[in-house]
Amino acid sequence: MSAHGHSDDGTDFAHPMPLPVLFGVFIALVILTIITVAQASLDLGSYDIAVVMGIATIKACLVAGIFMHLIYDKPFNIIVFLSSFVFVGLFVIFTLSDSKMTSPSFEPKVDEPAATAGM
Amino acid sequence: MSTAITSRDPGYPTDRENYLTNSSGILSWIFTLDHKRIGLMYLVGVMTSFAVGGLLALGIRLHLLDPEGWMFTGAEANNIYNQVFTLHGAIMVFLFIIPSIPAALGNFLVPVMLGAKDVAFPRLNLSSFYLWCFGAIFFVSALFSSGLDTGWTFYTPYSTTTDTSVILATLGAFILGFSSIFTGLNFIVTINTMRPPGMTWFKMPLFLWATYATSIIQVLATPVLGITLLLLIAERTMHVGIFDPEFNGDPVTYQHFFWFYSHPAVYIMILPAFGIISELISVHSHKHIFGYRFIAYSSIAIALLGFLVWGHHMFTSGMSSLTTIIFSALTFTVSVPSAIKVFNWLATMYKGSISLTTPMCYAISFIFLFTIGGLTGLFLGTLATDLHLHDTYFVVAHFHYVMVGGTLIAFLGGVFHWWPKMVGKLYNETHGRIASLLVFLGFNLTFLPQFVLGSRGMPRRYATYDPEFAFLHQMSTYGALLLGCGLLYAFIVLMTSLAKGRRSPANPWGGATLEWACTSPPPYYNFERPPVVGDPYDFHNIEWDAQEEKYISTEPERKLVPEETPEEVPAHH
Amino acid sequence: MRFRLILRPHSEPGGFGRPANWFTFHFDTYMRGRPNSGGSSANGFRHMATIDSLSSESETHDEHGHDHDHPAWLAHHFDTPEQQFDSGKLGIWLFLVTEVLFFSGMFCAYAMFRMLRPEVFEGCSQFLNTKLGAINTGVLLFSSLTMAWAVRCAQTEEYKKLVVMIASTLSCAMVFLGVKSIEYSHKWGMGLLPPGSYFYDEANPHPTMQQIVDQHGFSESTAYFLTHSLYYLCAPFALLLVGVFIWLVYSKVTDKQFQYACAKPLLVVCLSFFGGVGLGMVLESGGEHSEHAVAHVDGEHAGEHGDAHAEDHAHEHGDEAGDETHAEADHADAVVASAEGNDVAIELLAESDLNTGAKAMLEAKQAQADMATGQIVPPGVEADLGIHKVERDVQTKRQAGVFFGIYYCMTGVHAIHILAGIGVLVWLLVRAIRHDFNRQYFGPVDYVGLYWHLVDLIWIYLFPLLYLIR
Repeated sequence: MSAHGHSDDGTDFAHPMPLPVLFGVFIALVILTIITVAQASLDLGSYDIAVVMGIATIKACLVAGIFMHLIYDKPFNIIVFLSSFVFVGLFVIFTLSDSKMTSPSFEPKVDEPAATAGM
Repeated sequence: MSTAITSRDPGYPTDRENYLTNSSGILSWIFTLDHKRIGLMYLVGVMTSFAVGGLLALGIRLHLLDPEGWMFTGAEANNIYNQVFTLHGAIMVFLFIIPSIPAALGNFLVPVMLGAKDVAFPRLNLSSFYLWCFGAIFFVSALFSSGLDTGWTFYTPYSTTTDTSVILATLGAFILGFSSIFTGLNFIVTINTMRPPGMTWFKMPLFLWATYATSIIQVLATPVLGITLLLLIAERTMHVGIFDPEFNGDPVTYQHFFWFYSHPAVYIMILPAFGIISELISVHSHKHIFGYRFIAYSSIAIALLGFLVWGHHMFTSGMSSLTTIIFSALTFTVSVPSAIKVFNWLATMYKGSISLTTPMCYAISFIFLFTIGGLTGLFLGTLATDLHLHDTYFVVAHFHYVMVGGTLIAFLGGVFHWWPKMVGKLYNETHGRIASLLVFLGFNLTFLPQFVLGSRGMPRRYATYDPEFAFLHQMSTYGALLLGCGLLYAFIVLMTSLAKGRRSPANPWGGATLEWACTSPPPYYNFERPPVVGDPYDFHNIEWDAQEEKYISTEPERKLVPEETPEEVPAHH
Repeated sequence: MRFRLILRPHSEPGGFGRPANWFTFHFDTYMRGRPNSGGSSANGFRHMATIDSLSSESETHDEHGHDHDHPAWLAHHFDTPEQQFDSGKLGIWLFLVTEVLFFSGMFCAYAMFRMLRPEVFEGCSQFLNTKLGAINTGVLLFSSLTMAWAVRCAQTEEYKKLVVMIASTLSCAMVFLGVKSIEYSHKWGMGLLPPGSYFYDEANPHPTMQQIVDQHGFSESTAYFLTHSLYYLCAPFALLLVGVFIWLVYSKVTDKQFQYACAKPLLVVCLSFFGGVGLGMVLESGGEHSEHAVAHVDGEHAGEHGDAHAEDHAHEHGDEAGDETHAEADHADAVVASAEGNDVAIELLAESDLNTGAKAMLEAKQAQADMATGQIVPPGVEADLGIHKVERDVQTKRQAGVFFGIYYCMTGVHAIHILAGIGVLVWLLVRAIRHDFNRQYFGPVDYVGLYWHLVDLIWIYLFPLLYLIR
């Protein structure tokens, strides 16, 4: 189906996704969602965030790859999309690392005891 | 069908073909999808905002004529001064420089230079023009409601506490950002998918390379400005506590966010100027551009490296010392591709047959001024000197040398270069050259003293100053007046040409890029047939026809269609 | 021989790309008229040139807007449908790149503040109802499925299914917003707002309008809005529902087939918003008690942060222990608080609240000792002071507010994207009913689909980052 991109008239460029694949991906996504909710009640300590983000990334890859047809798309489009994450990384890493390094001098403001403010 | 001829000239367009006249009425402009008309509307728009921003600049300079302030008087004088320099900066950056070359000249030129019929998304193109208009309206309403006094950078926490119309202005900048994104997106897609057969990447004119690099930045960096300004608006209205230290936000983070866009935005401003200069130098030296690939690649390199250096705007803002060192070191990498370009332009001029036309005068001023601007940037990129020079007039002079001496001069050069193509009229060369000389002198008189002022410790954005700086400030003010006169002169030269100018031939300068292959002004469909794509900088076949006073192409015409009808069934069946 | 590629004046306002008759276009004519061009656009270009030069009727083309070789849906400046599709596709990918970078600012802010103040994020996340978040994730995933299916239907020209799929996607979007408005209105009523207006008071989590005005200094109208925000959120959708219903009846009565066909699915779409609201209400009321309980415990334990950052790890355990053992006790408190919410109840609560807090505190300390971090503060000494202060420290506007500021920014901007998606999907729905798409021209469905998947993709990250912090 999607294997032969160009049909006989030479102008057909559609790649219809087979339905079983779409359903399979959906089921996988739902299962992953259940796993991610379930693991929230487990305690994995500092690995927690890594596990959560790992599962989210697997889900994101499934959505991007199959639902968004990225695996059948032109390489240039894939590069374009993935490059955005390179720049996001650049932005976040520089900003975070600077914030981390300057945070000791960053004194949070604390509210007045709520006994007067809240009541 | 096609016979070999010795000279090829598209002649003049008929009124029915001419893109300016093929349909009439105001609606035919308001709803036009023709990239050339949109480009022209942008040109009018950016020139108007330049005039507004320029008048504000004159206001600043006139105020600084006297140490105690001359122009604005009364109790509110200093506040007015703050608002004037803020609006000067914001209007010039967001409404003029960023859209000037890419949106105005780029819209006109990209499809024509490419040999395409239009940009990929004509409606998106028109909508980005209207977004620009909306953004401008927001800025104007900010101007008329309660002004804006944050500086064009909207730094927190001042921008979250001042009672001027920050929200109107940031919304304006937000909308303008989307206008810029859509223009960039359109150009990337156009250049990627709409090149005619034969137009390979390395047969593209360098202006297109520069535009492509600019568009990459527009698409990648501008959304971050969008979210930054949105968060700033949220901060002002709801106090979300991200940037506002009052609620445990971090103002340095605002600066990170802001400069992640705004430093690459500097390259949005200057890269297209590089592209124009590459065209101008080569065409008016009638010599193949030197180091085509180096110039092309250096545009992309600047676009990408530009994302790594934003921290050099924040050396004194309280970043960690390690971060400042990293950013300082990375800053120097950008100077490499910039220098490559300058050397290549000089090498192109070397032994060229230079015609000192008006555009060429601007191009030469550009090289001169941009070099000064670029080299003074090195002092500011160096951590130790920047700590002294930060927020002084040295910085002001530096970025004006790059933005005005670079982008504005290149923009003017580009306008004078493509004016005959855009409107089909030739302007008076002598007057054009005098105007460019006035601009050059006025500019230097304005900003050279500011380097001295800055290095002597005059801080920027001050409404009054110590009398010891008076002489230099006055020099600068007189220079600004001269610059203003020069620009007005240039404008008058162009306007006069509309009324009195001679009709322009298709190729008034002897250029080899595709826009010179269609009539001046181009027909609404740009090209009757897919144009023959050759080397955009090969001037061997272009000769001056003294009798007709125009350049003609002497290359024998290539065959476009097979002489015989091909067989019904292709051979391989 | 005349030879021209552009056959229509540019200036005709909105003039191209629209067939004269919506339902019939000359697809067959088009297919037969096509040269046997290869896949690449360059080839197509050459063929076009050749073929066009052979036909000498370019002048007549100007009149009826498009020539036979250039179908109505193929914009004049493109040569082949594939070139048009590829351009659009690259365009939408670039747009998605801008969207990714647009959201990156907020993700960056999130990461930064979570890094600086993990305890605030951990504590405040308990206020978010995981059930609602999970349901919404499921709804969005399902809408992604239907959207991907819709793209397939457009490619295979199954028009009925295409309409059904787009309508289901729209309905899911509406359900998402319905659930979201329950989440929002619930939090607004409790005062879980950005720091500027944060007024949550755990002794009285559901203040009345009068209390908001008196104790927190809001104006009458703001207080009214905060306590009745669900009505405000539902009002536009209710109006929309009524409007669509009237439209449906009108088009039925006047026998406008096309409009009727559009209004029918849209009515279902509007109804599903209220379906989402209902779903949210059921789940929210189910989850409310435990949510409050957790919030209490959290408030107490988070206060220990005064001690040291190194203890964060241990805190998590303390939290859990307190959570499990004392959820029940707090449960009752919360019920009283939400049911009565007056001064008498507050006094009662304060008493019992302190007690549970003290117990939880001790539990937490015990857990820390178990973890043997070696940083334990003697329990007896600090417990009293700690609880009192600490509780205030974290559940205050400048602490918890930061989390909610980021929460509202991220989910709010995401919701705006959902709204925008609904807008373009409605446009798509109308075009699908009009049978605009075919296997040569399914670009718009594909592009909207890509956008929709990106919105889903962002939610895939938002859900664990906001709802599942421990």
